[in-house]
Amino acid sequence: MDRIPILKMGPYLLVTIQVDLYDRLALTLENDLINMVSKTGARGVLIDISAVSIVDSFMGRILGNIASMSRIMDAETVVVGMQPAVAITLVELGLTLQGVYTALDVEKGMELLQTKIGIIEDPEDEDEEVPDDDTV
Amino acid sequence: MILSKDTMQIVHEQNVVPFRNRVKELATKIGMSLVNQTKLITAASELVRNMLKYANGGKILLEIISNNGRTGVRLTFMDEGPGIADVQQAMRDGFSTGKSLGLGLPGAKRLVNEFDIKSKPGEGTTVTITHWKNGR
Repeated sequence: MDRIPILKMGPYLLVTIQVDLYDRLALTLENDLINMVSKTGARGVLIDISAVSIVDSFMGRILGNIASMSRIMDAETVVVGMQPAVAITLVELGLTLQGVYTALDVEKGMELLQTKIGIIEDPEDEDEEVPDDDTV
Repeated sequence: MILSKDTMQIVHEQNVVPFRNRVKELATKIGMSLVNQTKLITAASELVRNMLKYANGGKILLEIISNNGRTGVRLTFMDEGPGIADVQQAMRDGFSTGKSLGLGLPGAKRLVNEFDIKSKPGEGTTVTITHWKNGR
């Protein structure tokens, strides 16, 4: 049976969807991802859909499900690389992917994930949260 | 005027991706823009899923048509399923007898230029969509 590979990198799970999704494949991915989050204790999930030319209501729902399920398991999900035509179509279809974080590309997606799960303190805005140990 | 005509039998989920590819072929052949292609294929994807889910499949007529100097793709989804008791209700956003988001029919209608649905309880449902090359 077809499966979409899930790569573990540090605290993240990375998925690149390179094939046309049919419903069962999408459901398998949902299942596999949640199991992987549970098994690895991943804190972030990044799904690259830049090679996906069609996202219909079913696939949209799966993306939403993955995001909500991982959130319950303490992991954030970012969907990256959506093609413009897909975005236009999704909105017209009536699907706004509420609750799913999105980013333009993998790089921006990783940055977003890092800030979401608080792994890096951005050196540029270091003064946002003052550590409470020194300076009276 | 019908420029080309083809039928596809849909009996299980594995037929969906080849069907979507066939629609893409036709849309590309008449020079449809990428956004319009994506809308058409997404709408087709919603309708073929309905057909599989509620009627265990059916037959799809794929045509390239020309009318008043316009060229377009017309898809006719014919099934012999249980039919839809209340078509008006089925066309409303958020209505679903299944567990879906209820965006399939109304969403598909929004995505294409022309949409027609005929259904008789106990006899089946026929949905026809047309998307013109330069639609919208």
